Amino acid sequence: MSRPRLIKEASAPLPLERELLIRIHDLMVKARVLEERLIQMYKQGHGYFWIGGPGEEAFNVPLGLLMKVGQGPAYDFLHAHYRQSATLLAMGEEPIGALRQMKNTASDPYSGGRNFAGHFSIRAKNVVPVSSPIEVQYAMAPGTALAQKRLGGDSITIVTGGDAGTAEGDFASCLVWCSRPAEPLPVLMIVTNNKWGISTSGAEQHGEQRVADRGRAFGIQCKTINGNDPVEAYQELKEAMAYVRKERRPFLLEANVSRLYGHSSASGANLVTEEVDCLKQFEARLEQDGVLTRQQMDDTRNRYAEEMAAAARLVRDEPLPAPETIWNHIYAEKK
Amino acid sequence: MANMAQAIRMALHYAEENLGVTDIFGEDVGAPLGGVFTCTQGLKTAWNSPLDERGIIGMAMGLAMAGSRPVAEIQFCDYVYNTIDLLKLAGNTCWASNGDWNMPMVVRTPVGSGIRGSMYHSHSFDATMTHIPGWKIVMPSTPLDAYGLLISACQEPNPVMFLEPKALLRVKGEERIPGEPDDDRALSKMIDAPLGDRSQWRPQWPNLEAFAVPIGKGKIVREGTQLTVVSYGRTLPLCAKAAAALADEGISAEVIDLRSLWPYDWEMIQASVQKTGRVLYVNEDTEVTNFGEHLVRRTVDELFYSLLAPPKLLAGKFIPGIGLADTLEMASVPQLGDITEAMRALAVQQP
Ligand SMILES: Cc1ncc(C[n+]2csc(CCOP(=O)(O)OP(=O)(O)O)c2C)c(N)n1
Repeated sequence: MSRPRLIKEASAPLPLERELLIRIHDLMVKARVLEERLIQMYKQGHGYFWIGGPGEEAFNVPLGLLMKVGQGPAYDFLHAHYRQSATLLAMGEEPIGALRQMKNTASDPYSGGRNFAGHFSIRAKNVVPVSSPIEVQYAMAPGTALAQKRLGGDSITIVTGGDAGTAEGDFASCLVWCSRPAEPLPVLMIVTNNKWGISTSGAEQHGEQRVADRGRAFGIQCKTINGNDPVEAYQELKEAMAYVRKERRPFLLEANVSRLYGHSSASGANLVTEEVDCLKQFEARLEQDGVLTRQQMDDTRNRYAEEMAAAARLVRDEPLPAPETIWNHIYAEKK
Repeated sequence: MANMAQAIRMALHYAEENLGVTDIFGEDVGAPLGGVFTCTQGLKTAWNSPLDERGIIGMAMGLAMAGSRPVAEIQFCDYVYNTIDLLKLAGNTCWASNGDWNMPMVVRTPVGSGIRGSMYHSHSFDATMTHIPGWKIVMPSTPLDAYGLLISACQEPNPVMFLEPKALLRVKGEERIPGEPDDDRALSKMIDAPLGDRSQWRPQWPNLEAFAVPIGKGKIVREGTQLTVVSYGRTLPLCAKAAAALADEGISAEVIDLRSLWPYDWEMIQASVQKTGRVLYVNEDTEVTNFGEHLVRRTVDELFYSLLAPPKLLAGKFIPGIGLADTLEMASVPQLGDITEAMRALAVQQP
């Protein structure tokens, strides 16, 4: 495709509206500051484990902005993995919920102190509970998509995961179930490729040139994009989503992204400097194009840093779930 | 009277007409076959899935989360084992989300021995399934209970595992399903798909009525005073038969059909054991970390001073499979003779 690419062709004008660029930037900063705060909480002993998505904001923010957010099959479903905080913020979540989950307080809106950071779950927004077993979300996605297809309308199912996880059978299940000629399904399959498992390199994981190529054998539209460029990500996501919404068929989108603080707290959660930082790159371009000044961007960051520090202080004093609540919600009650 | 396969089919028909069931699916579940045991013939929402058990469970979970009401089938429980972590996920979704989400889905799967199915068509699943919290688990031994339990399962807001003892699927019931015609042949003509070309065939459903067996309630199938036998599935009718035979020897056994494995009717077991002082649990899954072991443990913990003899478990041998040869299958899982003997031995034990 010959579409101008933001980062590579720095001379071309930015193809998105100024308002939108500022909104994307704002959310990227907010998400980055949130993740940095979560890491800090972990390092200060205010949480047992950190995993999240710093380095994926350029892709994850546009994803959240483009979703049709609501409850039930008339709206988009998100079957996410654990690096999706920026998407959740773009969908309108307040960051304090993620802090509460990190601190496993009773007030944690996603799991009531039961699950790790980054394991979002919001029924009112069709965010299916994020769970630790890699790739299971790809087995469930066809189910929500079938309900959506039956309903009519243009809602779609979005499923995200990493590159290493595509070796699991559930990824193949998703390819198969979404592309049957008798019942194609409106699923946007996303793989955010950071070139790593936990510590296993891409070359030790799989042989296909691009993960997206796996869609070809199934007649699934597929594409690999630069997920470090929010403008490219926005445009490609928009196009892919429009296709899935209209054609009611699957699309496999692979986004190359960075992993800026390693896999998780299990590997230290320290900043790596050898990977592209999508936020830094985007800010340089915004400044160069006169969309925002350095001062304005610094102000945004400082404002969020202060907000999240205040939120973290608040969360620190909130109570843990009471021990007897382990018995709650094993079953749903009949309404 | 209907057999259990027909009863299941009628319950599913009732459920798709009246209870909002939207999808009945699995391998060979839709037309033309309607299930390898014919349980899904003629159903309007039945469809064929890819040959992918994880995909089947995942599909059911997705449908359930999007407000549909799926009933998924795993063709033989021997093939459900690669879905265990998805079953765990279905069972923990409500809890993990602190009550935000629920999973109204039913999974049906044929279990157990009795059809000379060799190593991979004879497995049981109750021992493994009862290790997975968040599910309700039922296992009928009669067509009427199959009908009533499946109707309850299709009304549940939680995942329900419906275990079908395959040895009993073709056995006719002794109780009428509300709405089924008096004549078996008439019923068969109405709802059994014909051999050969079925493309034009449509079932003629009887006017079925609501009948729900509550999940969690057992059934006393025979009253007795000297010992209690608690079983479910294939071994239940064998226990009843053994009890009838032993009555002629002057041994009075009470037989409980547990029907629901989780939650289960502890009150019924407790009342019975307090009366008889002796209890034998019978099932055919492998005996190590068997569900019956839990029942034995609870009996010891809570009913110790009511007991006149140690509580016993008669279950399948802890071996890697059930061999095909008649001799092997018979030696691997409890048969009528084994049950009768175990009951007789327990009845005469004195403190
Ligand atoms: C089924 C399963 N196996 C192993 C793990 C442990 N584990 C957690 S994350 C991970 C690596 C995942 O890599 P990838 O899919 O590329 O996603 P990324 O974390 O890089 O975004 C592993 C092995 C797990 N959570 N689930």
